[in-house]
Amino acid sequence: MATYLEFIQQNEERDGVRFSWNVWPSSRLEATRMVVPLACLLTPLRERPDLPPVQYEPVLCSRPTCKAVLNPLCQVDYRAKLWACNFCFQRNQFPPAYAGISEVNQPAELMPQFSTIEYIVQRGPQTPLIFLYVVDTCLEEEDLQALKESLQMSLSLLPADALVGLITFGRMIQVHELSCEGISKSYVFRGTKDLTAKQIQDMLGLSRPAVPIQQGRPLQAPEQPVISSRFLQPVHKIDMNLTDLLGELQRDPWPVTQGKRPLRSTGVALSIAVGLLEGTFPNTGARIMLFTGGPPTQGPGMVVGDELKTPIRSWHDIEKDNARFMKKATKHYETLANRTATNGHCIDIYACALDQTGLLEMKCCANLTGGHMVMGDSFNTSLFKQTFQRVFNKGLNGEFRMAFGANLEVKTSRELKIAGAIGPCVSLNVKGPCVSENELGIGGTSQWKICGLDPCTTLAIYFEVVNQHNAPIPQGGRGAVQFVTQYQHSSTQKRIRVTTIARNWADAQSQLQHIEAAFDQEAAAVLMARLGVYRAESEEGPDVLRWLDRQLIRLCQKFGQYNKDDPNSFRLSESFSLYPQFMFHLRRSPFLQVFNNSPDESSYYRHHFTIAQWQKAGYQDMPEYENFKHLLQAPLDDAQEILQTRFPMPRYVHTEHGGSQARFLLSKVNPSQTHNNLYAWGQESGAPILTDDVSLQVFMDHLKKLAVSSAA
Amino acid sequence: MSQQGYVTAPPYSQSQPRMGGFSAGFGPPNSSLHYGHYGDPNSSHAAPQPGPSAIQSSHTSSGHPASFQGPQPLPLTQHQMALPPGPQIPPPANNFSGLCAQSSLPNMARQDGIPGSGLPNPNLQQLPGQTPGPGYHPQQGNYGPQMAGSQLSYPGAFPGGPAQLSGPPQKRLDPDSIPSPIQVIENDKSSRGGQIYATNTRGQVPPLVTTDCLIQDQGHASPRYIRCTTYCFPSTSDMAKQARIPLAAVIQPFATVPQNETPLYVVNHGEAGPIRCNRCKAYMCPFMQFIEGGRRYQCGFCNCINDVPPFFFQHLDHIGRRVDHYERPELSLGSYEYVATLDYCRNNKPPNPPAYIFMIDVSYRNINSGLVKLICDELKTLLDKLPREEQEESSAIRVGFVTYNKVLHFFNVKSNLAQPQMMVVSDVGEVFVPLLDGFLVNFQESRSVVNNLLDQIPEMFADTNESETIFAPVIQAGMEALKAAECAGKLFIFHSSLPTAEAPGKLRNRDDKKLLNTDKEKTLFQPQVNSYESLARDCVANGCCVNLFLFPNQYVDIASLGLVTMHTGGTLYKYNNFQLNSDSPQFLTDLRRDIEKKTGFDAIMRVRTSTGFRATDFFGAIYMNNTTDVEMAAVDCDKAVTVEFKHDDKLNEDSGALIQCAVLYTSISGQRRLRIHNIGLNCSTQLADVYKTCETDALINFFAKSAFKAILSQPLKAVREILVSQTAHMLACYRKNCASPSAVSQLILPDAMKVLPVYVNCLLKSSVLTGRPEIPTDERAYHRQLVMSMGVADTQLFFYPQLLPIHNLDLKSDAVPAAVRCSEERLSEGGAFILANGLSMFLWLGVSTPPELIQGLFNVPSFAHISTEATLLPDLANTYSKKIKSIVEHIQNQKPYTMKLMIVKQREQPEMLFRQFLVEDKSIHGGASYVDFLCCVHKEICQLLN
Repeated sequence: MATYLEFIQQNEERDGVRFSWNVWPSSRLEATRMVVPLACLLTPLRERPDLPPVQYEPVLCSRPTCKAVLNPLCQVDYRAKLWACNFCFQRNQFPPAYAGISEVNQPAELMPQFSTIEYIVQRGPQTPLIFLYVVDTCLEEEDLQALKESLQMSLSLLPADALVGLITFGRMIQVHELSCEGISKSYVFRGTKDLTAKQIQDMLGLSRPAVPIQQGRPLQAPEQPVISSRFLQPVHKIDMNLTDLLGELQRDPWPVTQGKRPLRSTGVALSIAVGLLEGTFPNTGARIMLFTGGPPTQGPGMVVGDELKTPIRSWHDIEKDNARFMKKATKHYETLANRTATNGHCIDIYACALDQTGLLEMKCCANLTGGHMVMGDSFNTSLFKQTFQRVFNKGLNGEFRMAFGANLEVKTSRELKIAGAIGPCVSLNVKGPCVSENELGIGGTSQWKICGLDPCTTLAIYFEVVNQHNAPIPQGGRGAVQFVTQYQHSSTQKRIRVTTIARNWADAQSQLQHIEAAFDQEAAAVLMARLGVYRAESEEGPDVLRWLDRQLIRLCQKFGQYNKDDPNSFRLSESFSLYPQFMFHLRRSPFLQVFNNSPDESSYYRHHFTIAQWQKAGYQDMPEYENFKHLLQAPLDDAQEILQTRFPMPRYVHTEHGGSQARFLLSKVNPSQTHNNLYAWGQESGAPILTDDVSLQVFMDHLKKLAVSSAA
Repeated sequence: MSQQGYVTAPPYSQSQPRMGGFSAGFGPPNSSLHYGHYGDPNSSHAAPQPGPSAIQSSHTSSGHPASFQGPQPLPLTQHQMALPPGPQIPPPANNFSGLCAQSSLPNMARQDGIPGSGLPNPNLQQLPGQTPGPGYHPQQGNYGPQMAGSQLSYPGAFPGGPAQLSGPPQKRLDPDSIPSPIQVIENDKSSRGGQIYATNTRGQVPPLVTTDCLIQDQGHASPRYIRCTTYCFPSTSDMAKQARIPLAAVIQPFATVPQNETPLYVVNHGEAGPIRCNRCKAYMCPFMQFIEGGRRYQCGFCNCINDVPPFFFQHLDHIGRRVDHYERPELSLGSYEYVATLDYCRNNKPPNPPAYIFMIDVSYRNINSGLVKLICDELKTLLDKLPREEQEESSAIRVGFVTYNKVLHFFNVKSNLAQPQMMVVSDVGEVFVPLLDGFLVNFQESRSVVNNLLDQIPEMFADTNESETIFAPVIQAGMEALKAAECAGKLFIFHSSLPTAEAPGKLRNRDDKKLLNTDKEKTLFQPQVNSYESLARDCVANGCCVNLFLFPNQYVDIASLGLVTMHTGGTLYKYNNFQLNSDSPQFLTDLRRDIEKKTGFDAIMRVRTSTGFRATDFFGAIYMNNTTDVEMAAVDCDKAVTVEFKHDDKLNEDSGALIQCAVLYTSISGQRRLRIHNIGLNCSTQLADVYKTCETDALINFFAKSAFKAILSQPLKAVREILVSQTAHMLACYRKNCASPSAVSQLILPDAMKVLPVYVNCLLKSSVLTGRPEIPTDERAYHRQLVMSMGVADTQLFFYPQLLPIHNLDLKSDAVPAAVRCSEERLSEGGAFILANGLSMFLWLGVSTPPELIQGLFNVPSFAHISTEATLLPDLANTYSKKIKSIVEHIQNQKPYTMKLMIVKQREQPEMLFRQFLVEDKSIHGGASYVDFLCCVHKEICQLLN
C-alpha cells in the first residue's frame, strides 16, 4: 500500500466506501476531538463489472440480534466446520451445503477480494418493473409536443416486460386505461380534492368488494389475479396503443383567462399515482415519473394561486413567513413521499419551466424515495431530452442502471455505533445494539430504505466511537462495519450485496500522525457538506454557515501547525491542504446560499448534492471554470465529456463577457475581484464580480488568523 | 247517523238544459242568466231537449232558478224523509265527511237506496278484505241490459225518472237521472263545437276543453293558454269567502295550438326592448288605455300614467284607439311574444342555444333487458329530429352523452376524434364534469363519432355485473355540464332502480304500508333525503330541466327520484316491468315526442293582476324562490301552472279583473323571449254571476293540484274532508244565495257546476287520495306528480276517463263515437269499448262481442282466440281495423303521455284493473259510487243550510 491516496481509491473501487478517517481514534473522547466525525460515504451499488454475483443465499450469524453475514473477516474453523462472527463473536455452524469447505476450497464470501459480494436470491414472485408516467398537460404546445416525443421514444427504451401506466393532469387528473379497443377510456379525478389511497382504489375499481350474488345473474368467472391490468400494461403489449394515446394527448382544454395561471393539479395527480401503485403493487420496483411544466396551482399541494399578479414565493417571502401555501404543500408532498417510500416506490421529478415549479415543496418526493430531480427551462431542450434518455441508460453489463426497493442494513463491531445516515433514504426504525442515541442525519435506526438507486447513489453514514478512553483497544485491533443491501435488480431479481470493511484503531494521543495521514479530505468535505445541507434544510442559513466555520476553525486548530497568534506561521499538512478551500466553496455554493437562487433552485442543487458524489460531480458546472476543476482534481476532460457523464445533464450555459448569462459563471468563480477590492487586486482582469462575498484569499487569511488566535 | 243524506237524497235528473226555456218566467231578474247553459243567454237555448214534464215545470215555476233542481218530486223526498225520522239528527262533521257515504252509511240507508239486491255489504263496507267480485256481478246483471238503451237515447231515460222516483222507496236511484258528464260534454260539443270562438269579450266563458273549435285571439288569451275557474270574480273578499269558489287560472303558456290557428306574433322593439309600465312593470297589452292624444297611456293593472316612448307614439282615432291598433299584436291580441334584450339575459349575455344530455343507466338490469341497446339505436335516428326554429335548417341544440351505474362515464364525441373518448368519474360524492370541449356537440357535425359511440355503449357494458346505481350525482353531473357550457338544457335520464350505491341522494326502501291512513302517510310523498331539494334548486338556478324515464320493477321511491323532475319542469315517464317487446313502442313514442317537443328553457313566469287581487299560490312543475317568481328550468307545451288568486281589496265591476302572465324564456335556438298572455275577467257583486261563469274542469284541475299539494303536509283524511266540505260549501252557498227557496231536501246544483260532484268523487277516488295497501306507493307518487303539471284537458280526462263504444260504429263516418258514462252499467256483453285516461288505454271486449268485429280487429275467429298479450292492434286491411285504429290515434293525439293499449276480456282477471277506471261505480278500493257520493254531498249541503 503505497499511499493513503491509493488506498482510498482502491477501497472505493472495490467496496464503494470512503471514510473520513481511515485510521480510527480509539475512544469516544478522542473521536470527538477530531472535529470531522467518523463517517463514510457508501455507494451501495457501485458498478463492479468484475464481480460476478453468486447464486445462493448468504450465511448468517445465528445470534438473533446480530445476523451478520459470513465474510472474509470471520475466523473459520475448517475442521469443525465452524465460523466465528466478527461482530458478536458468536460461533456458528456452517450450513450442510458448506460441508466440503476447506482452506483450499473456500466459498467466495470468505476470500479477501470478496469483501464486497453480491448474492442472487429467490424470494417471492418476480414482478416486472413499473413505470408510471404522470404528465402535466398545462404546457405550451411546443413543450407538450417535445415531451410527448420524449415519452414515446422512452417506450422503446423500457424493458419489454415492464409495466407502464399513464396519468395526465391539468385542471383534472386522468388515469388512462391502456387496453381499450374502439374507445379510449380514462378515469377522471378533480384536482382540488385529496383522496385516501382507499378512495382512489375504490374509484379506480381496484378494490374487490364482496359482490353479493344477484339473483338470476350468471356466475362470474373468478376475477383475474392482476386486477390493475387496466392501468398498468406490459410495454410490449400496448406500446402501439400508448404511442397513439400519447400522440393524441392535447393541452389541457380548460380555458385559462388572461392574468391567470392554468389550474394545475400536481398534488392530487401525484397522490393518485401513489395510491394506484400502493394498492396494486406494494413493495415492488416502481418509478413514478412526474413531468411538470409549472407550479401546482390548485388543490392539496398547491404552491401558488392562479392569479398571475401574485408571484410564486421567493426566499424573501419564506423568511418573512409570507409563503402562504408552502407549509401545507410541503406537508402534502412529505406525506406522499413517506407513503411512497413505505411502498418501496420512487418518484422522479422532471420540472421544465422558466419560472419555479414548486420543487422546494416537492423535493421530499425525490429526496426520500431516491428519485431523480431534473430542472430545466423547457422540455424542448437537449438538457431535458438527453437527461431523460439517460435515465434508461444501461451499464457496462448491459443492465439498466437502476435498482429498486433497497434495504440497507449497517452492522458495526462493538466499539462503534451508528449515528445516522444522510442520503435519499428513509428510516426503517430498526433499533438495535449498534444504534447510537446521538443522531446525525436520519438516525435511531440501523436500517434504511432506499426506494430508487443507481450505481452512483451514495449515502453518508455517520458513526460514533463508543469505546471509553480508559478501555484501550489492544494493539492491532480493528473495527469492522458490514453493509447489507437487499434490493430489486433491474432484471427484477432480488439481490443482496454485502460489503464488510475493517479499519485500524489508533490512539489519538500517541498516534495522531497516523490518523492525520489517513484523513480523506475529499470524503470529509462531502460528509461535512452533507451535514451542513441537512442542517440548512431545517435551520437558518447563517447558523449553518457559522457552524461550518466553527468546525473548520476547530479542525485547523487541531491539525494545523502554527505559532500562537501568528497567522503567517500557519501550515496544514498535505492531507488537509485542500479542505479549507472546499469549505470556502461550499459556503458560497447554492447548496447553502440562497442568494441569487430561487427556492426551487436551492432545492434542486441540494437534492443533487445529496445523491451525487460530490468529489466527482462537484459543482464545477461551468466548463469554463477550469481553475476550480483543477482544485478538485476533477478530470480535466473537456466540457462535452462532463456533459456526457453527468446526471442530470448540467445546465450548459454559453456566455460571453457582459452577456446576461454571465451571471451564472460569475456567481461561481472565486470573487477575487469585487467592488470592494477592485484596486487591491490589480487590474489583470476586467469586470469586477459584484458580490458581498470575500475572495478565497481573504477567506484563507481570516481563517488562519482565527485558527491561531489564542482567544478562540 | 248519516242516513239522512241517503234518505233524503232526491233523485236527480238531466233535465236542466230545458230550464233555459223557462228562464223568462223566473222570479229574480238576475237569476234569468242562470238558465243559460254557459252563462251566455244566447247560446243556452240551442240545445234541443225533450219537453219538461209536468212535475218539473211545477217545480221550476215554484221558483227554483237552479238549472239543476228540476224534476224531483217533493212527495218522494218527503216520503223518504218520513221513513227514518230518528236518524235525522245532524251527524258530527268528522263522522260525516270522512268521506262519503260508505264509511258512515248505516244499513238502513242502504236499504232504502238499493233494495234487495244483496248489495248492502259491498256498499257499506270498504274493508280491504272485501272481495269485489260480488259487488260487480250482480250490478252487471241488473243494469247491464239497460245500458244500450240509456246510452242511445239518453234523454229518454228521463221520463223514467219521475216514475221511478215516485215509486216505492225500494226502487234504486236511476243513474240516468243524475247529472251526466257525458251529457254536458256532448251538449257543449253540439252547441259550440266546430265554431269560431273569438276572444273579444271580457269575462266570456269559453267552450269546454272537450269541445273542438277554432279560437281567434281578439284581445284575450286563448283558452288553450289560460282557463279560469270562474270568469267572473266576486267583487269583494267577503263574497269570495262566502262562496268558497276557488279563484284560479290554469295557465299553459306553451300550449300547442292547432295548425289552423295563428301562431304567436313576435314583437321586436330592438334595443328599446318591451314597453312596460313604470310602476308595476306590466307589459304593453290591450289593457293599456292611451290618453292625451296618444302621448301617454294608463296601465290597466296599476293605473299608473306612463309616457309613450317616442318610437312607439301613434295618434288616436275618434274612439280614442290608436290608429295602429290592429297592426300591433301587443295592442290587439291577448297573446304574443317580445324579443327580449340583454337586460333579460343571465349576466347580460345572450344565451347559448340549449343542450340535451342523454344519461343512460347501464347497470346490469338495463343491459340485460335490452333497454340500453334500444335507447342507443333509437337515438341514432332521433337526434336528427331535435326541435328547431321554423326558419332554420338544423337544430341549434347540442347533445351530450353520459352513462352510469355507480360511477359516471362521460363521453368526448368531438367531431375531429377518430373514436369517442370515455371519461370515468368515480368521485360520485362530489361529482364534477371532466371535460368541456367535446362533451356537448352538434349532432350533424359529430354524427360519425356519436354513432360510433352509440354502437359501442351496449357492447361496452355487455358483461357488466354492476347492479347498484347512483342517481343524484347523475343529475348533478348533467347540471354541472350545462353550467360549465353556460347554457340551459334538458337531461334525459333513463333509470331503473332504487339508487342504493354509496353516494349523495342514496335511498333505501322506505315503502311502509303501515303508514297508510296515519299522520305519517304524508312522508311517503316527501323526498327521503334533503339533498334532492337542494339539487332541484341548483338545477333551476342553472336552467337544467330533468326528464326522467323510469323502468322500475319494484319500489324506486318516486317521491324522491321525481322531485327534481317536478321542480325543473321536467316530465316523468314510468314503465313498470319494462319488457322490450311489449313496452318499446310506448317508450319510444314518449321519447320521440319529448325530444321533438317545443320547449322554453330557463324560464321565469310572472303573473300580474289589476288592483284588488293578486296571485297567492302556484301549483305545477315549478320552483318558487320567492312568492312571485315562478321559475321553471324548462316549460313545454304540456305543462300548466295553476294560479290561485285572492282579494286584496274590492274589485271594480267596470274595470274587471285583469291578468297578465309573462314568461321570460330561452327559445330552442337560444333567443331570449317574453311570452305574454293577457286575459280579462268580469267582476260582480252578485254571486249568481260568479256561479254562472264557473268552469268545472278548471275547478277540478285546481282542486286536484291543491289537494295533491296538501297531502305533503296534511293527513290524507283531512285533505279528503276539505274537498268534500268545500264542494258542499260551494253548492250550499249557491243554494242559499242564488236559488229560489225550496225544500231543504232538494238538491239544487248550479248549471255550470252540475257535474262537480261526480268529478270531485273521481278525484277522491284517485289512487293518490286513496290510502290502500293494494296501490303501490310509487304509483301514487307518480300520479301525484303527473297531475301537478297537468292542464285542464289532461285532468279532465285523467279523472273522468273516456269510454267509447266501438261495437256499433258508423264505419262511413270519420267521427269518433260519442263517449258513454264510466260505469259498469254502460258495458254490455255484446259490446267492445275503448277506455282511455291519458295514461292507460284499454280495449274491453264483452264475451259476446260480434265475431266480425273480432275478426276485423284481431284477425282471429273468436273471442277465445284473442291474445291479451298484444299492446298494439294489428294493422289489418279492413274498415273495422282502420276505423278503430284511427280512433285510437285520435284519442292519443296531443296527449302528453303515450298510452299503452291493454286488451281486456270480460270476466278475465285483468278486468279488475280496467274496472278501476269505471269511475262512476263504487271502486274496489272503497271509493264511493257517484250516486252515493251525490247523496253524501247533498246531506252535507242540507246540514250547512240548516
